[in-house]
Amino acid sequence: MLRSRHLLGIADLTSEEIELILDTAGAMTEIAARPIKKVPTLRGRTVVNLFFEPSTRTRTSFEVAEKRLSADTLSVAIAQSSVTKGETLLDTVRNLEAMAPDMIVMRHASSGAPHLLARLCRSAIINAGDGMHEHPTQALLDAFTIREHKGRLDGLKISIVGDLLHSRVLRSNVQLLNAMGADVWACGPPTLMPADLARFGVTATHSIDAAVDGADVIMMLRIQHERMHGHFIPSTREYFTLFGLTPERAARAKPDVIIMHPGPMNRGVEIDSDVADGPFSVILEQVANGVAVRMAVLYLLAGHEGEPD
Amino acid sequence: MPQVMDADRMSRALTRIAHEILERNGTERGTSDLALVGIRTRGVPLARRIARALREINRDEVPTGALDITLYRDDLMRHAVGPQPVVRRTEIPFSIDDRRILLVDDVLYTGRTIRSALDALIDFGRPRSIQLIVLIDRGHRELPIKADYVGKNLPTSMKQSVRVRLQEIDGEDEVLLDEAAEGA
Repeated sequence: MLRSRHLLGIADLTSEEIELILDTAGAMTEIAARPIKKVPTLRGRTVVNLFFEPSTRTRTSFEVAEKRLSADTLSVAIAQSSVTKGETLLDTVRNLEAMAPDMIVMRHASSGAPHLLARLCRSAIINAGDGMHEHPTQALLDAFTIREHKGRLDGLKISIVGDLLHSRVLRSNVQLLNAMGADVWACGPPTLMPADLARFGVTATHSIDAAVDGADVIMMLRIQHERMHGHFIPSTREYFTLFGLTPERAARAKPDVIIMHPGPMNRGVEIDSDVADGPFSVILEQVANGVAVRMAVLYLLAGHEGEPD
Repeated sequence: MPQVMDADRMSRALTRIAHEILERNGTERGTSDLALVGIRTRGVPLARRIARALREINRDEVPTGALDITLYRDDLMRHAVGPQPVVRRTEIPFSIDDRRILLVDDVLYTGRTIRSALDALIDFGRPRSIQLIVLIDRGHRELPIKADYVGKNLPTSMKQSVRVRLQEIDGEDEVLLDEAAEGA
């Protein structure tokens, strides 16, 4: 079982808990193939999706997962909410809590925001991405996708390429993949690479050729245009020339390499369209697996219901 | 821990059930629309054995599936605190629409597992009919559910617990009756 009633980050999970989530997700995948894609498990439970940052994939994925488990869901669009009138995060959440939801799925631009709520609120909190900190369900669905293809995580060379500095996907993935015994490489320009990366048990390099050479998995990260005000890269064209994943570069990897991207993709910036739509790409599988992984998380956390904090 | 069924008697009970299935279902339509669905965990190997027995008697291939009922349990969110039961894969690699489904479980007790299984099956389609096969019927029903084929009727008290052990999972075929059931 999971020890915590919240899912705040991969950092809090043991490798056994990660395995449990991935195995449970494996059982959930079959539901998407049924004529009636719904099980009654979370009937009568209410889940609030509170997204303070834009999101298509993660928000809809959580919503689909909640609906497939028969939970009642409501999604708060922050642009139309009282936050724009100056309400604090805590006040917003306390008001929502007065309506007695069982779980809150939250994305927020500030690192640590879900941790604050977990301490102060009654509901179970699921972190759907906090600032530059963690995005645990993304790392779990990435691991699930890798395991579906490779049958394991340990011993695989997994290269993560792109904007490492701003990436919560990187932080969650590195912790998860290291916990499961993978050989993790990280590659990006010096301006987009945290200085202390090696401390997290990652082989850091500025050469994409070295990173993809013999790789079992290549994970491309998005150039986050909304966070590029600091002139981190001279131009997107130069970035593509030096760090973009082209078919020629991908050919240096293992013949059965899988290529991943958490989305949304910038075609022609971090990834060539021929690679993104090519035979090694599992990018759309990641999206499908996201639903199963989130169903697993919702199901497992619901077991803590009625527990004091 | 008294043994109430050994490997030989278990094998004969399953063969008898296979004959009963053919007797009841074989005449009008043949067996082409039959399918076995085992309830995880021990219903699954039992369903496979019945499929094998049917093949030996009649050379009929009856498709076999596995059903996990965890997500349909009526006691799931009712424990004050407790780990969620592990969810395992449901594998029904055929359409159940218009088929006659033979649902298989090891022990029939309160009937709540079967209630969950019926709900789960209906989510996969609309079978022509569902019949229930159990190796052991130990009584104490809490729901109006009755088995169509029973390996052995075993009168028990609610304090006792029945343990079915199967070669495929436990390394041995036998049914045991424990006096002091844990947690009962």
